[in-house]
Amino acid sequence: MTMWALLIAFLAVGFYGLLAKRNVIKKILGLTILDHAVNLLLIMIGYRHGGCAPIRLPGEDHAGFVARSVDPIPQALVLTSIVIGLGITMLMVALALRIRQCYRTLDGTEVNRLKG
Amino acid sequence: MVHLAPLFVAIPLGAAFLSLLVKAVAPRVAGILSVAAAAALLFLAVVALLGVDSGATAAGGWGAVSEGGVVFLGGIVVVLDGLSRLFLITVAVVASAVVVYGVKYMAPYTGKPLYHSLLWLMIAGMNGVVISGDLFNLYVFLEIGGIASYSLVAFGTKGEEVEASFKYLVLGCVASAAILIAIALTYSATGALNMADVAAAVAAGKVPDAALFFVSALFLAGFGLKAAMMPFHAWLPDAHPSAPAPISAMLSGLLIKTLGIYAIVRIFFSVLGVGWHAQVLLLAFGSISMVGGVFLALGQDDFKRLLAYHSISQMGFVFVALGVNTTLGLVAGLFHAVNHALFKSALFLSSGSLERITGTRKLSEMGGLVRRAPMTSLATIGAALSISGIPPFNGFWSKLLIIVALVSGGHHAVAGIAGLTALMTLMSFIKVQRKALFGALPERLAGVREVSAVMFVPVLALALLCLATGILWPLGLSDLLDRAAAAAGSVGDYMGLVTGGR
Repeated sequence: MTMWALLIAFLAVGFYGLLAKRNVIKKILGLTILDHAVNLLLIMIGYRHGGCAPIRLPGEDHAGFVARSVDPIPQALVLTSIVIGLGITMLMVALALRIRQCYRTLDGTEVNRLKG
Repeated sequence: MVHLAPLFVAIPLGAAFLSLLVKAVAPRVAGILSVAAAAALLFLAVVALLGVDSGATAAGGWGAVSEGGVVFLGGIVVVLDGLSRLFLITVAVVASAVVVYGVKYMAPYTGKPLYHSLLWLMIAGMNGVVISGDLFNLYVFLEIGGIASYSLVAFGTKGEEVEASFKYLVLGCVASAAILIAIALTYSATGALNMADVAAAVAAGKVPDAALFFVSALFLAGFGLKAAMMPFHAWLPDAHPSAPAPISAMLSGLLIKTLGIYAIVRIFFSVLGVGWHAQVLLLAFGSISMVGGVFLALGQDDFKRLLAYHSISQMGFVFVALGVNTTLGLVAGLFHAVNHALFKSALFLSSGSLERITGTRKLSEMGGLVRRAPMTSLATIGAALSISGIPPFNGFWSKLLIIVALVSGGHHAVAGIAGLTALMTLMSFIKVQRKALFGALPERLAGVREVSAVMFVPVLALALLCLATGILWPLGLSDLLDRAAAAAGSVGDYMGLVTGGR
């Protein structure tokens, strides 16, 4: 239960950081927290108390494997999701660098040439 | 044919990879490569369109594994049905025009192989979304298309472009997070990621109503943001005009449809089912988008920004049509989505041509261009008549169908709003034509000349297609649309298609 409460707190912090923070770097930190919160959600969905790593031993039948291990699918999804998150974060950092060069500031409220 | 479906992703991915590969040795080859890949994609899409067989195939040949009476699905399922076919041909047609146009338009830019590579990654993402039969796979392709489009918006690397891209990226990430959370919760409720399995679990009543409601809301918010539904539209008027013209055409013409409309149709109509709450939200947000978008467009002087606001407004038409939740509504919505892809990409491409010859995007600084750039102006007028809903152009028929669907569904107020919006769209485009194409030629523009044929032929072709689909739609297109709507609207058919392929 504590984990779920923490997870929701992480999600909230991530969304808040990404949307409400003015500083571009803080937005990036918010995105990273949000990414990891979603990954944590996926892991928690597949987690089972006392389950072991989902490695199927030779000769083990399917029912035994399912009873013994945690769900491997969310773990596979998280791997993909981490890679996507890395790509997005890198792109965002590159854009932040360029914003710094063009606007001489990292304050999001001063990055406002587009209007209408 | 179904087994060829993975090629719709493989060809664009290959083109993206090869464009980067030739970057070091022969950068000029990238353009030729792009055109060749577009021709191949178009050919494949036409073949897919003519073939009537629908079905599912497991990519990579990982079929089902049966053990002890339990069947596991090993591979990633690729589905080709009426709905995906309709979007595949739309993507192929618009992408081909854009690629040809881009060869000439992008000439002054540096880093052209990078542009081609990102453009093809974007197409790969869109095609992947359209043929994916798996929720998580859909998310991955969504992100591929998304990342490519964020970088393409910033392609000019000037301050405004980077700012627009950053804004787009932040909101795109929020949408992706909402979609991924929804997918995770769907998996936890149904134990499946394959859309047919999820649909079966939902149909069997395994998912509690509260969970279904929450997941639907997250999906609608996520895809609604990707499709620039009105409360979530803030990124679009910045992002779409900031990109180079061919990319604006791709973003406004295709990306918001494949990542937004297609995903909503597939997930709500084929998988989760349209509940009354989703219906109400689609009708409400759709109406706000229609009116809000067109009001904001009326005051614009920047041609591309005006077009971007019209995209929001026209997407509103599609949302309300989907919100009726009848076969007629679905047909009308899909028809309008396809039509919008054709005329909005034509308009964005011609706005690029006009910007190139006049050096400005401000309508008040243009004028009399119909004499100086007759071909581009002709295409602009055709596409503008189409978006304004003048018969016999395609926009008229789809708007008429949407209003008929709304009235027959009993949503008279929304139908009235749609009619009003159509009228205001017409007003807005009369203003565009009067200011930019007719009237007196400003002295500053006395020496402008028509763009080269490579740039006006694709735009003219798209404008002609607007007219052709408007005149010929009862002949072949309506059948195609009916099949798409039937494929989307029947949960049972979709399940049979996928599970039958195991």
